[in-house]
Amino acid sequence: MTKEFEVLDHTADIGIIAYGADLKQAFANAARGLFSLITSLGGVEEALHRDIELTAADAESLLVDWLNELIYYFDAEGILFKRFDIIELNNSHLKARGYGEKADSARHELKMGVKAATYHMLKIEKNNGYRVQVLFDI
Amino acid sequence: MTSRWKEIIKKIDDYRWEIPTSYKPGMLVPGRIFASESMLEHIWEEQVFQQVANVAFLPGIVRYSLAMPDIHWGYGFPIGGVAATRVKDGVISPGGVGFDINCGVRLVRTNLTEEEVRPKIEQLVIDLFTNIPSGLGSEGKIRASGKELGEVMVEGSRWAVERGYGLPEDIVATEESGCMKGARADKVSDKAKKRGLPQLGTLGSGNHFLEVAVVDELYDRDAAKVMGIEDLGQVLLLIHTGSRGFGHQICSDYVELLGQAVKKYGINLPDRQLACAPVDSPEGKDYLAAMASAANYAWTNRQFILHWTRESFARVFGKSQAELGMRQIYDVCHNIAKIEEYDIEGKPEKLCVHRKGATRAFPAGHPDVPEAYRAIGQPVLIPGDMGRYSFVALGTEAAMAETFGSTCHGAGRLKSRGAAKRSLKGADVARSLAARGITVKAESMASLAEEAPQAYKDVSEVVEITHQAGISRKVARTKPIGVIKG
Repeated sequence: MTKEFEVLDHTADIGIIAYGADLKQAFANAARGLFSLITSLGGVEEALHRDIELTAADAESLLVDWLNELIYYFDAEGILFKRFDIIELNNSHLKARGYGEKADSARHELKMGVKAATYHMLKIEKNNGYRVQVLFDI
Repeated sequence: MTSRWKEIIKKIDDYRWEIPTSYKPGMLVPGRIFASESMLEHIWEEQVFQQVANVAFLPGIVRYSLAMPDIHWGYGFPIGGVAATRVKDGVISPGGVGFDINCGVRLVRTNLTEEEVRPKIEQLVIDLFTNIPSGLGSEGKIRASGKELGEVMVEGSRWAVERGYGLPEDIVATEESGCMKGARADKVSDKAKKRGLPQLGTLGSGNHFLEVAVVDELYDRDAAKVMGIEDLGQVLLLIHTGSRGFGHQICSDYVELLGQAVKKYGINLPDRQLACAPVDSPEGKDYLAAMASAANYAWTNRQFILHWTRESFARVFGKSQAELGMRQIYDVCHNIAKIEEYDIEGKPEKLCVHRKGATRAFPAGHPDVPEAYRAIGQPVLIPGDMGRYSFVALGTEAAMAETFGSTCHGAGRLKSRGAAKRSLKGADVARSLAARGITVKAESMASLAEEAPQAYKDVSEVVEITHQAGISRKVARTKPIGVIKG
C-alpha cells in the first residue's frame, strides 16, 4: 500500500480517505490529507512543532478530535502542519507531535478553509492495514 | 434508479412530499419535503432522504422532519432542514444548527441607482475588498481583548454600535435585535475564544460574500416600499457571513460533549453527528448558552462589516451617509436553534426550532417582527449564487402553520467543490461574470471556481417553490453587479 490518502468529493463538503499499515500511520495520513486540502504540503517547512495529547471515548471520537485539534491550531495560530509522529495511539488515547510552520501569504497559497471534522460517514476499517474516512465541513 | 424515490415518498401536492415513518424504523414523525418533482430527482441522487429520516429520530420531535427546497446533503442534519422539538421532553442538537452558528444575511438599501454605481463599480469593489478583511487566515482590524470578546458574546450588535460601528436603527432591523438572550461566556471553551478573537470583523472564505446588487424585478411594490426598496435599478447591498472559527469551535466542542450525553440519557440515534441532549438538561442548556454567544458574535461581525461598507461607499461616491441613505433593511440568521411557541393540537407548546440552512419567516402581526414591518411580515433574505439572483421575501401565516415559521435560505449546491474546480478555472469564472456585467474580487482563484454559479441550483426555482407553497412570498429580485469573495 503506497497511497497515503485520497480526496473524497461530497456535494456540500469534502472528505479524506487515508490509509496506513497501522492505525498510527492512518491517523498521520488523515492529518496530511487534511492539510493537503488547505495548502500544498510541498511548500511547507518543518520550522516548528506542536505536541498534542487527547483522550476520547473511542477510536472514532479520537480521530475526529485529532483532526479538529489540528484545525484549531491552523485557525487560532495559523500553523500549517506537514508531518506527524504518532507516538502513542490506542482506542481512547493519542499522543502525537506535528511539524510545520506558520502560514505565510507570500509563500503559501491557502486553498480552502476547513471548519471542522465531522462524524458524518466516518469510517475506521481494518482490512490488510487500515483505511479511515472523514468528512469535513468546509 | 432515477425514479425509486417515487416508491418511497407520497405526493401531497405539487410542492409537498412526505416520507412515511415506515421508510426507516425509528422515525418518530414523517419527513416532509418542499420541492417540485424535477427537484426531487436531484435530491434522491444525493440520498438526502436518509438524512431527513434520521432527523425524525430526535426525541420530542413534533409533526415532521422538514426539508426546504434548497435541501442538500449535509452531515447529520441535511442543509435546508427544520426540526422542532418539545422543550419539556425533547432534545437540542448542535448538528441541527451547524458549524457556522448564526451564519446569516444582512440587506442594506441605498439611494443610489445602477447608472450612478456602474461607472465606479471597479473602484467600489476594490475599496470594499481593501476595507473589509476577507479570505482564509485573514485577521480583523478589531483588536478586541479577551474581556471585550466576553462582552460581544453577551451584547451582540449593540456592542459594535455603542463603539461607533453603525446606527441604533441597525439593531432594530436585526433578528432578535442582534442579541440572543441567555448567552454565557463561561460556557464557551478557551479554544473557541482563541479562534474567535482575531477573526472578529472578518468576512471569511467559502460561500461567504459581500454583494452590490441591483433591484431587477418587483413582485409586490407596496411591501417593497415599506422596506425602502422603491424602484427597479436601485442599488442594494448584501452581506453573508457568520460566526467564523468561534462558532465552528463551539459546534465541535458540543458535538463531542453531547456525544457523551447521548449515552447518559440513553438516546437512540442513527448518526453520531446528530449528537444531542434534552433541551432542559444541564448539557442542553450549556449548549444553548454557548450557541447564543456565537449568534451574538456573528451579529457583531456583520455589524462591523456593514460599518466598513458604509465607509467605502461614502469614500467612493463622495457623499454623506444621509445622501447615500444606507439604511439596513433586515438581518436574518439561517443556522440557529430558537425557543418559540406554537399551537400544537390546540395548546400552546414551547418548542426548540432547529433551522439549519433555513430562514425564519414570521408573518404580519407577529410580535417578534419589528414594528416597521408588522403590517407586511418579517423580511426574508435569500441569497443566490454570485452570477444570478438573490431574493427578498416575506414570512407568512402558512409558514407558522406548516414549517414552524421557516422557509428556504439560498440556492443549495449542485456540484461538489472538487467537481466545480475540475471543470472550471477561477480566471474563467471571473471573465464570464465580467461579460455579464459582474465585477468580482476574490482572495483566492480556487474559491472563485468552487463558488461559480454553475456549482449551484438556480435560486429562483427554490424561491418559486416556497412562494407557490405559501411558506414565504416574493417581494423583489436582485442581480449582482459587484461581488467580494474570501
